[in-house]
Amino acid sequence: MYLVAVVAALEAVASVDDKQPVIEVHDAVKRYGTGDAAIYALDGVSLSINAGEYVAIMGPSGSGKSTLMNILGALDIMTSGKYYLDGIEVSSMDENHLAIVRGRKIGFIFQSFNLIPRTTALANVELPMAYQGIKPKERKERAMVALNVVGLGERVNHEPTELSGGQQQRVAVARALATRPALLLADEPTGALDSKSTGDLLDLFDQINAAGRTVVVITHELDVAHRAKRIIRMRDGKIVSDELNKERVA
Amino acid sequence: MSVLEIIRFALRGLLINRLRTALTTLGIMIGVASVIILLAVGNGSSKAIQSSLDRLGTNSLQVRSGGQGFGFRARASASTVKPLTILDTVALADKTQAPDIKQVAPIVSTNGTCVVGANTTTPSTFYGTWPAYYEASNTTIQSGSYFTNDDVTQARRVALIGQTTATALFGTDNPIGKTMRCSGIQFTVIGLTTVKGSSGFQDGDSLVLIPITTMENTITGNQALSDILVEATKSTTTTAAQNELTAILDARHGITGNKTADFSVFNQASLLTTASSSSKTFTTLLGAVAAISLLVGGIGITNIMLVTVIERTREIGIRKAIGAPKGAILTQFLIEATILSLLGGALGVIAGFIGSHFTIDGTKPVIVPASVFLAFGVSILIGVFFGGYPASRAASLRPIEALRYE
Repeated sequence: MYLVAVVAALEAVASVDDKQPVIEVHDAVKRYGTGDAAIYALDGVSLSINAGEYVAIMGPSGSGKSTLMNILGALDIMTSGKYYLDGIEVSSMDENHLAIVRGRKIGFIFQSFNLIPRTTALANVELPMAYQGIKPKERKERAMVALNVVGLGERVNHEPTELSGGQQQRVAVARALATRPALLLADEPTGALDSKSTGDLLDLFDQINAAGRTVVVITHELDVAHRAKRIIRMRDGKIVSDELNKERVA
Repeated sequence: MSVLEIIRFALRGLLINRLRTALTTLGIMIGVASVIILLAVGNGSSKAIQSSLDRLGTNSLQVRSGGQGFGFRARASASTVKPLTILDTVALADKTQAPDIKQVAPIVSTNGTCVVGANTTTPSTFYGTWPAYYEASNTTIQSGSYFTNDDVTQARRVALIGQTTATALFGTDNPIGKTMRCSGIQFTVIGLTTVKGSSGFQDGDSLVLIPITTMENTITGNQALSDILVEATKSTTTTAAQNELTAILDARHGITGNKTADFSVFNQASLLTTASSSSKTFTTLLGAVAAISLLVGGIGITNIMLVTVIERTREIGIRKAIGAPKGAILTQFLIEATILSLLGGALGVIAGFIGSHFTIDGTKPVIVPASVFLAFGVSILIGVFFGGYPASRAASLRPIEALRYE
């Protein structure tokens, strides 16, 4: 019963006005090991991202950007701190509720695509909706729409191995979009793509953001980061700069 | 997420690795089939023992010269053994001394060869007796007629033969009224006995029965009896009948005090108890062997499910990252394991039924219905329990750990 209530609350909040921050992180700490051997992947990160923003998080490897991304995506839990997603506190949730949050609130895009092998593009896009209990007819329609949006309407019955890297990543984007999440999180989405596919994908992100969806991209590539409207730089588990991208925000 | 959908995922998971699925299923199949077949063999052999003892008649007792047990006969006869005689037989037929004995038949047994033209056969049973033997030994005829008391008193050269003997001597011809020569004496076949089947070591239909007087007059000479067949009034009075005949023979043979009897009594009912308890042991042993193979099949399922979970750790991570709840993952792997065992169990039942149609080492297996349900049920339980551990391991993986797994 509690689960049902949480779902209802999540859906109620989703329709609240745009001014509400989608992401609010207070003093996030992620520590590996204890005592003298402790390593801080995140060392007190606070962050707020509003609905409709397009944010790039940059930093060298080891800066904690991936750890932050995993925590924002509810894939990992932090050692201390608080995380509100769409007004709901995620940091204190148990595994069952986290699964609901992952399915309904977040669309995750990975560097290595992470499609289910030997499963068609359509079935891959339908999968998160299947776990949410959406009826087969509706979820097929929504998956087809999402695949058309990413320009793969002709390849819905292809399996991942029959698609190029760029196409696979677009299937992953379609999968992330189809659940109508509050937040699109992309972890090095262009890391495994050629420059043409990278350009196509970034154009797609522009469109998605223009349609009003919040997009957060992690990258170490400058030209990718420069497509975002706000750039956050990290180093050694801390945010070192957080500024609007002058080129994109007039 | 409906259960039907999770079943689809599970089926897809199994179909990805068809060979592995087939081999795992085979493990369970062999386990289930061996439980069914081995128990059927055990059951069949105990049924065979029972029915062959039933044919002998459970209310009959057999008196044999010599001490208790076959092994002691030689030693007993070395001392003072009075042979069983026709007078002993007559004494046992005394209704006042032995009210629980219905009738008594003396048996003189010999080994002889019977000849008709070029055909010869050596019947495994060649008895001289009198008509009380028929009922006491459950012998009936399917054609022709019995020899009568009159035939016995007149010492006529007539014979009843069994089916095996008839076929050996006369082929497919009707033997009734034909003559044959046994141990050099010519007999007219007057009756063909009903098929008895084999009782363990002996073919019950390799049989020649002639009047006891004819046997003594022409073949064996005046000789001691081999056995006395005693029929109790009811199967419940066999023990009383045994006590009565022991008392009579003790008196006649001068067995007193702690002197060892010079005859032994075989009680078919007690033989039946011994035989069925030993066949029960046999069945239990077979069942244990089969249960072990079922267990090994179950361990095979655990092994394969563990490998599957490890192999698909990354996929589990992806599923969890896009919102799969723990329950869905658990159910998926549990269903995979259950399908494996269900399929193996079902195929095992089919194989068990087919296998039980063949006669194995002279024993016709008889399926124990309970063994089918037991084996099938156990195989499903094995799937759930043995698949449960890998499944819960898969479901408890943190998504980030599963995704990092290569």
